[in-house]
Amino acid sequence: MSDSSAGFQLVQQSDHSALLTLSGDWLQGSRAGSFAALSQQLHQATPESLVVDGAGLGQWDSTLAAFLLRCHNHCRQEGIPFTTRNLPAGTDKLLRLATAVEPHRQTAEPRGSWLAALNPLTVIARSTDLIRESLAFTGELSIALARLVVGKSNTRFEDFRHFCYQAGPEALGIISLTSVLVGMILAYLGAVQLQQFGAEVYVANLVTIGILREMGVLMTAVVMAGRTGAAYAAQLGTMQTNEEIDAITTMGISPMEFLVLPRFLALLVAMPLLTLYADLLGIVGGGIVAGGMGITPLQYISQTEQALAIHHLAVGLIKAVVFALLIAVAGCRAGINSGRSSAAVGQAATEAVVTAIVYLIVADAGINIIFQQIRF
Amino acid sequence: MTTPAPEAHISIRDLTMAYGSFVIQRDLCFDINRGDIFVIMGGSGCGKSTLLRHMLGLLAPAAGDILYSGQSFTLADEQAQHAMRRRWGITYQSGGMFSAMTLAENVALPLQLYTPCSRGEIADIVAYKLALVGLAGYQQYYPAEISGGMLKRAALARAIALDPEILFFDEPSAGLDPISSRLLDDLILELKESTGATVVLVTHELPSIFAIATNAVYLDAASRTMIAYGSPTELRDHSDQAVVRQFLTRGSNPGEPTEPAARSGNE
Ligand SMILES: Nc1ncnc2c1ncn2[C@@H]1O[C@H](COP(=O)(O)OP(=O)(O)OP(=O)(O)O)[C@@H](O)[C@H]1O
Ligand SMILES: [Mg+2]
Repeated sequence: MSDSSAGFQLVQQSDHSALLTLSGDWLQGSRAGSFAALSQQLHQATPESLVVDGAGLGQWDSTLAAFLLRCHNHCRQEGIPFTTRNLPAGTDKLLRLATAVEPHRQTAEPRGSWLAALNPLTVIARSTDLIRESLAFTGELSIALARLVVGKSNTRFEDFRHFCYQAGPEALGIISLTSVLVGMILAYLGAVQLQQFGAEVYVANLVTIGILREMGVLMTAVVMAGRTGAAYAAQLGTMQTNEEIDAITTMGISPMEFLVLPRFLALLVAMPLLTLYADLLGIVGGGIVAGGMGITPLQYISQTEQALAIHHLAVGLIKAVVFALLIAVAGCRAGINSGRSSAAVGQAATEAVVTAIVYLIVADAGINIIFQQIRF
Repeated sequence: MTTPAPEAHISIRDLTMAYGSFVIQRDLCFDINRGDIFVIMGGSGCGKSTLLRHMLGLLAPAAGDILYSGQSFTLADEQAQHAMRRRWGITYQSGGMFSAMTLAENVALPLQLYTPCSRGEIADIVAYKLALVGLAGYQQYYPAEISGGMLKRAALARAIALDPEILFFDEPSAGLDPISSRLLDDLILELKESTGATVVLVTHELPSIFAIATNAVYLDAASRTMIAYGSPTELRDHSDQAVVRQFLTRGSNPGEPTEPAARSGNE
């Protein structure tokens, strides 16, 4: 039975109320009622109350209920009474269920749009916040470290050992691969230039100094930021979600001493050792390329010996210690301050890696400038 | 209750709780007496866990104060807060068990931190606490290796490790089968009887509310404040708030006082 007059009609009554009569079949696709049209009419009429009459209704489904809900919400917004009569029994009940709980009103700050994310002012404000937080975090870490030194800390040695294993031996595979390749890349780069002067043999000096002072430690740090820094952020973020950090705090233990310190110390131990290992493999990688270009191993080794000075090694190791601190701070801070959802944990891991790499590069530049000035 | 004059153990004074500018509950004002089993009730999302987190000092009040035995927690310095916290045992809504440690290590941790017990003694206490919650022999399991209900009980074992004066439970029996849930009720009652602890719990389980609770507060989500305070049976039968009667009778017949079907007579 297709009723051609499916729709609604708004009639103004004598007592300033409006009567909305619904008729026909209100089914999906029947386009019986568009609320926009009604809302326009209501705005023009400005009635003091709205009565809905459903006596003329035929078949109906959720389309009708959705329409009624919008009418109800409109009336609630305008503060005018809303009554229904002769509605099919089902719709009345459904409407009552749907309106039993007031809609939740968003009071939280509006989520930033992507345009706001590009605004240089917000970017600067966010980065200064981040730097301030990281500095505060480093301060707390130092206090925890001081308490460890005087023996009043709750740091567990087992945790430290466990994290040392995670940050050290387990990382050897990937570090081996990257450092051999970086050594080879450096050797190629240098060889092409040095060949023009017939000075190929100095490739060994270039590789040694480049690896020891710069590339060995930087590549190790980048790998560790992606591997260990992100893992720290994810671990601590998950602990935040699980209320584990709450449990630690209420047990009277400082999360700094219990969670952050063992991770930081493990990195502090692992980073210089990994750097030494990466230096060695980088020089070997350079040797492979040099050999391919006709330099004998003996020549390469003796040139390397010449270039190998203790202060080059020291520069790399000093950087390793600084980078260990930066990776641990970036990873642990992101984890501890993480929100309580799986999405937030993912965000924390991303933030840990991104901030760590930015810190690494900035710190590397800074350290190089300082050493340049003091001619170290 | 045989005690003549109940003594306030925890007092909430004009507490307003907010996340940023979003007020969750305002003007909460009530006492939790020593030896009470006190239930915080209310619909989902009304702020029960939030109230608990304020009582635990994990969140700072937007206004008002929380007193323990007459001493303000909010105003106390770190040392004093630490001392107060050591007398509490807490379980969290989502467990809060340290996932990197076995159950035995979890329960042993507070003992290692705060008691001079030797390793052997600690192992014995851990075995006893785990047995108490029905997890004897699970010492070497990791939290990820046991079921959700077992996790709740393991968390309880850790909470009672130091024989605390106050026990806080956030939904201890959610997700438990009726028998385990009843066993947990009995355990809470037993703990309270034997140690005289004050118990504060958040729960929706009506049978357990009527079986063990001596006092309760109802937080209303709509008006954002407490609308009822008193013993649950009293509130169910005589509260002037229809919402509260409805809550305590599972929404059936809000007007008439009814006899609860699930009253477990274990007194
Ligand atoms: N970190 C947060 N930031 C902002 N709002 C929050 C935060 N945590 C909780 N809320 C809000 O606070 C209100 C109360 O949350 P709470 O977890 O205390 O509820 P609850 O009463 O424990 O509910 P349930 O019985 O479901 O556990 C909710 O409306 C929630 O949206
Ligand atoms: Mg909760």
